Amino acid sequence: MTQTITKSGLSDLRSKDEIRAERRKGRTGVYLVAPGLLVLALFFALPVVVLLAMSLYVKPPGAEIGEFVPGFEIGNYATVLSAYWPELLRSFGFALIATVLALLIGFPMAYLVAVRLREKPLLQGILLVLLIAPFFSSFILRTQAWKQILADEGFIAQTLKFVAILPADGHLTATPFAVVAGLTYNFLPFMVLPIYANLGRLDTRLLEAAGDLYASPVNSFAKITLPMSAPGIFAGTLLTFIPAAGDYVNAALLGNNRNTTMIGQVIDSRFFKVIDYPGAAALSFILMLSILILVTIYIRRFGTKELM
Amino acid sequence: MNANLAPTLPATRTSGADLELRAVTKRFAEFVAVKELDLLVPSGTFFALLGPSGCGKSTTLRMIAGLEAPSEGSISIGGADVTSLPSHKRPVNTVFQSYALFPHMSVRENVAFGLKRKKDPEAMAKAQAGLDMVELAHLANRKPAQLSGGQQQRVALARALVNRPQVLLLDEPLGALDMKLRRQMQLELKTIQTEVGLTFIHVTHDQEEAMTMADVVAVMNEGRIEQMGPPRELYELPRTAFVANFLGKSNLMRGEVTGQRAGLLEVDVAGRSVLLPEERAVQASGQVVVGVRPEKITIDRSSSGAAHNELSGTVIDVSFTGTTTEYLVDVPGIGRIGTFSQNRGQQPAAVGDAVYLYWEADYSFGLAGDERMDAGVEQ
Repeated sequence: MTQTITKSGLSDLRSKDEIRAERRKGRTGVYLVAPGLLVLALFFALPVVVLLAMSLYVKPPGAEIGEFVPGFEIGNYATVLSAYWPELLRSFGFALIATVLALLIGFPMAYLVAVRLREKPLLQGILLVLLIAPFFSSFILRTQAWKQILADEGFIAQTLKFVAILPADGHLTATPFAVVAGLTYNFLPFMVLPIYANLGRLDTRLLEAAGDLYASPVNSFAKITLPMSAPGIFAGTLLTFIPAAGDYVNAALLGNNRNTTMIGQVIDSRFFKVIDYPGAAALSFILMLSILILVTIYIRRFGTKELM
Repeated sequence: MNANLAPTLPATRTSGADLELRAVTKRFAEFVAVKELDLLVPSGTFFALLGPSGCGKSTTLRMIAGLEAPSEGSISIGGADVTSLPSHKRPVNTVFQSYALFPHMSVRENVAFGLKRKKDPEAMAKAQAGLDMVELAHLANRKPAQLSGGQQQRVALARALVNRPQVLLLDEPLGALDMKLRRQMQLELKTIQTEVGLTFIHVTHDQEEAMTMADVVAVMNEGRIEQMGPPRELYELPRTAFVANFLGKSNLMRGEVTGQRAGLLEVDVAGRSVLLPEERAVQASGQVVVGVRPEKITIDRSSSGAAHNELSGTVIDVSFTGTTTEYLVDVPGIGRIGTFSQNRGQQPAAVGDAVYLYWEADYSFGLAGDERMDAGVEQ
């Protein structure tokens, strides 16, 4: 009897040790993700909840400007949506055009650096640095520079006027063209870098094999290079489209007050100028949800396993 | 595989075409990879290009495929000059060493790729038949990454074969397989080649593989073909030290021709007279290198008599390999001579024994006297 007790006691001890070791292992994982979770909870989850609450606040009768009380006013959403749907649509339109342009400009750049210059690492490095170099200067400064580039007396406007593409009294600045050009330029690296990273891993022996199997260079590109770089294109388009849709700096600096206003500008002015906190919060939520829905549809349609 | 080969192949057999390389040279900057190579491979031949890595065999293959352009010379297939044709316009398909299967396509789509590019209306059906041939029809919907190395190799083979190219190029296609699978695939490749009658150009550094599979073997070294012929001829009568050493093993001894009688050259090798048939010698006078294959030599504790070439020495190493025992014998003035005997009955000698080595004069071959004795010895 004594023996049995001792035995079971021993085995209990051992298993407790094992359990403790397992718990410690599990706890290590928790410790590792804890800082991240804490930051996300404090600076993402909490603000989102505050924003959601704020979007439902009501303005009591006879209140001063900026005075709101907690409420459950769903009507805030209908009000801002009916007032600002054109700006919302325009934001997505501009972001879409900028994304397509960035892809058309960015893919050949990424292809050149990642595939064509693979045998020339020095040139490859220089071009890659040049690609990232703009990041070292301020976003605002770069956008301001576009104002100069597209100015009436600038080279581009003068040339376009000379070849009569632009009428003599036409402008490039303060037009939708300028805003889209700014968006395209500013988000181009976000398109190029994921595609570059992807094409850098492209096995060119596959292109040789395709050529050996009667595929012309154009055919090889369409059947091998393009489908194999899909994950890079996918990541690049998302990284360009999402921030471009919410951007307001390009529209503010390069646009006008008539036909270039983007939803970011509206939220900005609702919040800081009109002091309509619930309206600004509701618009922010609408923007967030629309992007979420659009991206989900996009992922469902074109998404790859790697990203899902 | 052999059994279901016949029904799956189309009734109209497109047989292979002659392949001809004329004075082909390939330079990479300063480095000359292939030097003025002339080659004629008759239609329907299983041709092996054999050589150590860096000998120019893969470059030669890539030039035939159109993946590299020759610096000089011309290439023609079936009489038509293809030198300036890009790879996608040549009637040639390649089985790559890395297989180069398209990872984003299914096995069936991989095999149908070439047929689709040629707008073959039966591409998918032919691809399925091609997969039947390599016994992988049941895996047609898998992705290449889901297959084993041997299966991937078969897909690569099917992908090239279904196009019925005039010349099929094989770039060390068995290199990544283990020994057993390799042997099996060698036999299967040979069978397929016999059945379809295509011209196969097989690049390999494995001399055993080249000898078992090919009708004609060309041994390449430093961008040139050292010797070309049927495997047995190459083995029995090598014309250079490189071929003698790279294709199997050889015992080489330097000597001086001292006389000639009844078609035999008398060669003085370190004071001993060795006989060599004149028609098996590259040159009939002056300094020569006499060679003999290890299996032609008999090792014995007693002398054989006058009819044979005979040397004597001391056994310095004995190694048991299962079917045979290999001996290394130190012969004073000549060096180490290797031989082996079948493991039947008593072991003829042990380390330290004084032994006689003898072989029939007809087995000797003669090489040029200025040959490097260790040329082509695998390290």
